[in-house]
Amino acid sequence: MTPSLQLDDQGRLRHLLTTEGLPRLVLERLLDRAEPYARAAEIGFKKDPLLTGKTVVNLFFENSTRTRTTFELAATRLSADVVNLHVQASSTAKGETLLDTLKTIEAMQVDLFVIRHEASGAAHFFAERAEPGVAILNAGDGRHAHPTQALLDAFTIRRHAPPREGRRQMRFDDLSVAIVGDIVHSRVARSNIHALTTLGVKDLRLVGPTTLMPAGIAQLAPGVTIEHDLMRGLDGVDVVILLRLQKERMVGAFLPSLGEFHRDYGLTQERLARLKPDVLLMHPGPINRGVEIAGDVAYGERSVILDQVKNGVAVRMAVMAEILAGAQ
Amino acid sequence: MTSILIQNVRMLCPASGTDKVTTVRLEAGQITHIGTAPDADETINAQGLWLMPGIIDLAARLREPGATAKATIASEAKAALAAGITTLVMPPDTKPVADTPAAVDRIHAKAAQAGGAAVRVLGALTVGLQGEALGELSALKAAGVVGVTNGLAPLANLLVTRRALEYANGLGLTVHVVALDAALANGGCAHEGAMATKLGLAAIPVAAEVAAVRQWISLVEDTGAAVHFGRLSSARGAELVESAQARKLPVTADVAAHQLFLTDASLEGFNAMAHVIPPLRSADDRDALRGAVAKGVIAAICSDHQPHEPDAKVNPFPLTEPGISGLETLLPLALRLVEDGVLSPLQCAARLSTGPAAVLGMALPRIAVGASLALTLIDPALHWTLDPNAMLSRGRNTPFAGQTFIGRAVRSFV
Repeated sequence: MTPSLQLDDQGRLRHLLTTEGLPRLVLERLLDRAEPYARAAEIGFKKDPLLTGKTVVNLFFENSTRTRTTFELAATRLSADVVNLHVQASSTAKGETLLDTLKTIEAMQVDLFVIRHEASGAAHFFAERAEPGVAILNAGDGRHAHPTQALLDAFTIRRHAPPREGRRQMRFDDLSVAIVGDIVHSRVARSNIHALTTLGVKDLRLVGPTTLMPAGIAQLAPGVTIEHDLMRGLDGVDVVILLRLQKERMVGAFLPSLGEFHRDYGLTQERLARLKPDVLLMHPGPINRGVEIAGDVAYGERSVILDQVKNGVAVRMAVMAEILAGAQ
Repeated sequence: MTSILIQNVRMLCPASGTDKVTTVRLEAGQITHIGTAPDADETINAQGLWLMPGIIDLAARLREPGATAKATIASEAKAALAAGITTLVMPPDTKPVADTPAAVDRIHAKAAQAGGAAVRVLGALTVGLQGEALGELSALKAAGVVGVTNGLAPLANLLVTRRALEYANGLGLTVHVVALDAALANGGCAHEGAMATKLGLAAIPVAAEVAAVRQWISLVEDTGAAVHFGRLSSARGAELVESAQARKLPVTADVAAHQLFLTDASLEGFNAMAHVIPPLRSADDRDALRGAVAKGVIAAICSDHQPHEPDAKVNPFPLTEPGISGLETLLPLALRLVEDGVLSPLQCAARLSTGPAAVLGMALPRIAVGASLALTLIDPALHWTLDPNAMLSRGRNTPFAGQTFIGRAVRSFV
């Protein structure tokens, strides 16, 4: 989108709104920065005093216990003061505009807003209007972007994908990745497309029925292709990212039934057995058992779904540290 | 009125096909002389200037009654006149809806007091624009409406649509249509394509326009009723109109000036000023629309003026109100088409005056001795920059802010 809105003159991250347009170096720096947080947490050292005295407000206009919790944990582990605000749509309908809400809370000397809103562009809207020194972290805006999810997905892939034969380390350039399901409504898909291709993925397949595939999606980045047949789409891939089907959205015109979706696109043990033996299975959660994934596959040995959740905290710590404490 | 002598002006009279440098004398609301003329109270040395029939704008929201925080009839009629627009046609989507003679009378009375551009009204095709019951079209016609429309509000079904066409046709009223199938548009806010997909905006497919145009044309074939397609946005929409015209069907079309310049690329960065309905489409669509304007398939260019208070655009993109404050860029954008070689000066004048007059069934405006006045004097070489704060319209919502234009109206004579 507009790198200048996210990056300052020196290329430092001011806000995180989208993975689009973020240079590979910035993405890699964020992943590198998440690494020690992830390792420290694994051996029980969870707290870091880095953001002592900083104030982080989770401003959620959309319900999300899980995502809000990971942002809250990330901020508290960095010793920031955290306030959670769930703003009901009804309270902005009382006449207080979105901008009024932002400005009112901003006046309480907040350093970082973590914002989730149902309207695409909401994070950009706030970032364009925030006071200098007040940062915006996009926790999901409509169908547009969910950059920390894409970063944690990339981080999880980097940690778990085996190196190609003859290499000492995994490289994104070697990977074939498939994103499966409801692409049209998915901010996770969009953010992953930008992040993974920037990190080097040359073969990124979007798999799903035509009704769930938005126009022109393959033009978003080089290497993106569209496939409507699940097993062709998954042929030889190293990573499968299943998207959550928003069941309430699917009634009628998008899909005949969830059962039919599962029949054509659900990942089952039988299908899994035909994939590469070291394939990684990912899902942003929460999963719909028996829809996009069979229950026994979700927590099977190829699944890194719970690693994604765990890594989500470390990656969000890295983003907050990068924005609020600058380069190390 | 005092007499005025406009000397050495390039006179553009599309009705007679005249494009020549001459002198025009005005007095008492009429053109008294062309060519050799006696002295007058005021003499304008119009060397290098153009004189054309007053601009007729087929689609301008004036926001009164109902949304006077955005604009008023007086504010917009004056802004229009300063921009060279001498007649404004306003759709009926006011609050209350212009679906009664009383509502139309009130608008006419307000406009007469305002003393700006003349204001004409399109009557509501259905009661309250609800799409169910026919409006009292005969009474509206008697009140002076220049056509009827349901605007962007959908009609209940094709039966209502057909009956509305038949009924309007019986009264000699043209039905103005903004072709956008509501179900296909599905509450979207951007052209279906890579840009909407990238930004995660709900998309409006081209088919939303094309399917609607096809349906209306089918009913025109069936009823012989006259239909005007306003605000065309797509190449395929324009093609359908062209083929219908080739078959001698009574269909006409206009396009909003911004559709001839902007594309969905303007949405980059969630630019709410480029949020319009019908949406800005692809460069191919824009180029085809330009071609249709050049050929005369699209006979009129309008402003699709939709002034807003600032807050209407202060929101995340999908939550902003669509529309551009377009009065003050209508002529300058049309002049850009001349500069770009799309239109000759005479064709440009036609798309802004005689074209829309024909759509409205009005006598074609002429620059001729004895003709009553509605004239626009243009300086086609004046460089100026659009500063929203200097706009006369109450609405400053424009995607053209800061752009440099060549040419604008310097005076209107009415």
